Amino acid sequence: MAWLILFSPLIACLLITLITLRNSKLSSWIAVTALLISLGISSSFFLKALLTPHWKPMELSIHWITLWSLKIEFGLILDRLSLLMLMVVTGIGSAIFIYSLGYMKEDPGKSRYFACLSLFAFSMLGIILSNNFIQMFIFWELVGASSYLLIGFWYEKDSAADAGNKAFLVNRVGDFGFMMGILLCWSFCGSGLPERTFNFNQIQHIFSEMVGAGLLSPKLLVVAGLLIFCGVLGKSAQFPLHVWLPDAMEGPTPVSALIHAATMVAAGIYLLARLFFLFDASPTAMTVIAYVGAFTSVFAASIAFVQNDIKRILAYSTLSQLGLMVLAMGLGGRLEAMYHLTTHAFFKALLFLGAGSVIHALHTQDIWDMGKLFKKMPITSITFLIGTLALCGLFPLSGFWSKDEILLLAFEKNIFLYRLASVATWMTSFYMARAFFVAFLAPEKKIHHPVHESSWTLTGPMIFLAIGACIAGFIHIPEFILGHDVLESHINLPIAFTSQAMSLSGIVIAFFLYAYRDAWGAKKLKEIFKIFHIILSRKYFMDDLYNGIVKYIQQNIAVLCHLTDRNLIVRFGVNGVAKITKTSGEFLRFCQTGRIQTYALFFFAGITVIVFVFILK
Amino acid sequence: MGILTYILLLPLLGALVILFLPKEKETWIRRTAVAATFIPLVLALLVWAKYDRTLGGYQFICRIPWVPSLGITYQVGVDGIGVVMLLLQGFCSFAATLISYFIKTRIKEYFVFLLFLITSVYGVFISLDLFFFYLFYEMAVLPMYPLIGIWGSTNKEYATMKLTLYITTGAVLAFVGLLVLYFASGIHSFDLIALEEHCAAHPLSPELQKFLFALIVVGFGVIASLWPFHTWSPMGYAAAPSGVSMLHAGVLKKLGAYAMIRIAINLLPQGAAFWSSTLATLAMMNILYCGWAAMAQKDMKFIVGYSSCSHMGYVLLGIACLNQTGLNGAVLLIFAHGIMAALSFALIGYCYEQTHTRRVDELGGLAKKLPFIATCFSLAAMASSGLPGFANFVSEIMIFIGAWENLTPQAIAAIFGIIITATYLLRMIRHTFFGPLNPKWEHLKDATAPWQKLPYILLVSVLVIVGFWPSLLTKPIDLGISSILKRSERNIDRMFVKNNISIEKSEPPKA
Repeated sequence: MAWLILFSPLIACLLITLITLRNSKLSSWIAVTALLISLGISSSFFLKALLTPHWKPMELSIHWITLWSLKIEFGLILDRLSLLMLMVVTGIGSAIFIYSLGYMKEDPGKSRYFACLSLFAFSMLGIILSNNFIQMFIFWELVGASSYLLIGFWYEKDSAADAGNKAFLVNRVGDFGFMMGILLCWSFCGSGLPERTFNFNQIQHIFSEMVGAGLLSPKLLVVAGLLIFCGVLGKSAQFPLHVWLPDAMEGPTPVSALIHAATMVAAGIYLLARLFFLFDASPTAMTVIAYVGAFTSVFAASIAFVQNDIKRILAYSTLSQLGLMVLAMGLGGRLEAMYHLTTHAFFKALLFLGAGSVIHALHTQDIWDMGKLFKKMPITSITFLIGTLALCGLFPLSGFWSKDEILLLAFEKNIFLYRLASVATWMTSFYMARAFFVAFLAPEKKIHHPVHESSWTLTGPMIFLAIGACIAGFIHIPEFILGHDVLESHINLPIAFTSQAMSLSGIVIAFFLYAYRDAWGAKKLKEIFKIFHIILSRKYFMDDLYNGIVKYIQQNIAVLCHLTDRNLIVRFGVNGVAKITKTSGEFLRFCQTGRIQTYALFFFAGITVIVFVFILK
Repeated sequence: MGILTYILLLPLLGALVILFLPKEKETWIRRTAVAATFIPLVLALLVWAKYDRTLGGYQFICRIPWVPSLGITYQVGVDGIGVVMLLLQGFCSFAATLISYFIKTRIKEYFVFLLFLITSVYGVFISLDLFFFYLFYEMAVLPMYPLIGIWGSTNKEYATMKLTLYITTGAVLAFVGLLVLYFASGIHSFDLIALEEHCAAHPLSPELQKFLFALIVVGFGVIASLWPFHTWSPMGYAAAPSGVSMLHAGVLKKLGAYAMIRIAINLLPQGAAFWSSTLATLAMMNILYCGWAAMAQKDMKFIVGYSSCSHMGYVLLGIACLNQTGLNGAVLLIFAHGIMAALSFALIGYCYEQTHTRRVDELGGLAKKLPFIATCFSLAAMASSGLPGFANFVSEIMIFIGAWENLTPQAIAAIFGIIITATYLLRMIRHTFFGPLNPKWEHLKDATAPWQKLPYILLVSVLVIVGFWPSLLTKPIDLGISSILKRSERNIDRMFVKNNISIEKSEPPKA
């Protein structure tokens, strides 16, 4: 049964590509059914784990490659961590699959879309269920590939095709480090080649023994931890590998909701949670991770201030929230990070679906072209508002509970990082309120066609996710992962009040600046903070920097290699040898004159030389 | 006669039949050629299925003394490595023959040469006699000259001349090596099985092994595009007609790597140990240098040509590991990359046939008109850049693991290579197939007929099946690799014993 969770979307993908490619309606329903099957089976496991007091994690595996010196298995791990993640992915995934039925209705490439989406679901479930490093890497790369296919779904658009390439390549850079990290871990786990393993549980076992015995040098641990963290940098889009995520918004909106907000980008957090024992052993690595997370969180939020594309605002917000999760991980808060991951998945997916519903109705992504949507699209507006408030972390929505846990953790562990996280919270509520007020409340702009509320396939999933965004905070996720109650109560009133005050102040300031006024606040602000505006709208010049590296450094190396090949090796080396052969042949041709006299002359000259040499000897 | 001899002779028989067919019967010529490559493929699959995994070693041996006075025997047989090579050649040659329906001029001569080439390559993979091994190797190089010179494109005279001269020079070097081996072993036999046994029991002196290893690896390295002897290859591929490019990149290039494993690693383990890190460094140059050079190319065939040089670097790195994981990875990558390269060249051939250009900047947006070809092309590029799910990934990761401990810097460079590969391949896909459609290409037609799609589907499915289920091939490969490694251990042990004895003997006078 457990295998079916993983393989049912793959079967759907194969069925669509091989058989039903022509029939787009059938294809889409195959994909939806397959994911619902996964959802059903995962829920049965989830409920069993939830209700059974002493539920034992399971592990299934088969041999994939078996050599004397190398054993790789293919297996599933079903513990509380993976079950939670399974529920998030299949639950939110199903909602988004159903949403896609309506959203992609008219698209000619609908079958292809659902095939890619099923491939993505398969790979994502694979990451969750992997029980070893190699399998994790396999699915890690496969989600990258399916994300590439979906970002570039509208491949006729130059920007979409470029964004797909960028996402894939930036992730490859992260995976370069990840791969080395895996190999490094492998090389110190197990004494001889035959005993070495990639299996997480076995590594954890070996690891704790070795750390206990003091066999591992701290330096090695830091290097291994940070190399594996490179993979997280790529997949969860943390600074400095964050550049691909905003561009990835070129894909269809449900894709952005599922892959680039709720699930795939959370894979990095999941990896950190899965390998927590490894990072936990190295305080230096943990500190680096925490600082990277906190920095990304503020950095990305500041860029979101000046974005006008509603999807890009949400993308930077995703970066910022992922930063918070990474921060929590770095501070040792595995449970807090997973908690926030779950609640974030609900409200961020909801926000994207809401944005998709607006984009579907208005055919624009610029918030300044929207306005006065509350009356025309009530369901979309209300659900979007719920999502916004949840993201701002207002009581009692889900965002409040999980964000509060992270803030509390930071407050206890590192006061500087707590301040950064609080600033990020304030910024989040400001730019989200800005987006909401401009898009939904501000006066109407040029829209040439009548605007209606979207159909049930779009609103249904949004309502479902809105309910999730309201109540997900009340499900005690840390307790579920631990399997028993957390002893201490985790509400610290001063901190909760501070965070509420921060969020509210952000919303209120945004209200005065943007709501009901005709972009007045925006223009004024732009004038006052001109330099900041330029820096922020150029995204701190990170894209320019990377483009420069690619264009001037990489391309020049490439040209250098090409020219060396053509000129040095071919012209001087290869053709040079050929020329020497030819010239010497031509020279030697003169010797063969055919005249007896010449031959006789050389003959006697030769004899003279020989005699001379011998006599002198 | 044995099943292997049938595999060897069937394409030749096909060539003979075509010789006697009248020139006008083009359909019959093509059908004969397809049959003459399809039956060997089926037989190769049969060999793979029937190869006894519990027994290991060389099987299906057929032995006919040829020139007994010189120790030359017609001896064919396959071990686990050979089985996989037979499959590779079977798939590539069948697909290449199907692709060759593009050929419109001098069809009869083309297929005669092509089938002759195919026979020779089968011969190399199944020969267990060094003389015949070399004979078939040279026979495989010869038909290249007319095939590129007559049916080629882009600068074909220069390319074919260069390619033939290069490979022949390499072959001569290797031949010198083989002769030295023949005389130095002292058993006056080209019989590979006998040589293996002899070399394991009475190892050649370390100095001779070092010298011979270098000679043989450079000699066969030329055809495996060992850096810096790789320049013939992108140019040769660009000039060759698609079917020939497929065979050349898919199989011929792999002959060099195969010969290194079969002869150099197998018979000269101490030489191999001495040169291991040098070979790995050259392999690293292959990976990085050729990868970057591919990035600067504009012609699709040049990109894939340089890419194949770059990927041969991974194979060479796997060989240089000299351990079980690395060598298994190398052989599996020979297979995977062979199939992938054949697929890429077939697809480029299709695009060229339709557009008459291979320049990336002149194309664009073709996915709209050629969805099937674009899909296959993306899959090939993904496979080539080492995406999991394809056989290439499995083999590359085995090579990384094999190289990680003893050849760490080279392994890091090789892992870095996957970024380079992804960069130029994705860029190529993006500029040929994605983006807005150039109105010039409105008239293009996608592959629709089943027999048109067959070669592409066949090659893609082989890559995917092996990618998901690598044990299909790693089991037989490992049997071959393990016995090579066991023999080389014996060889090295024996050498220590020998040295100890000599030390013992020299000690008494001192005392």
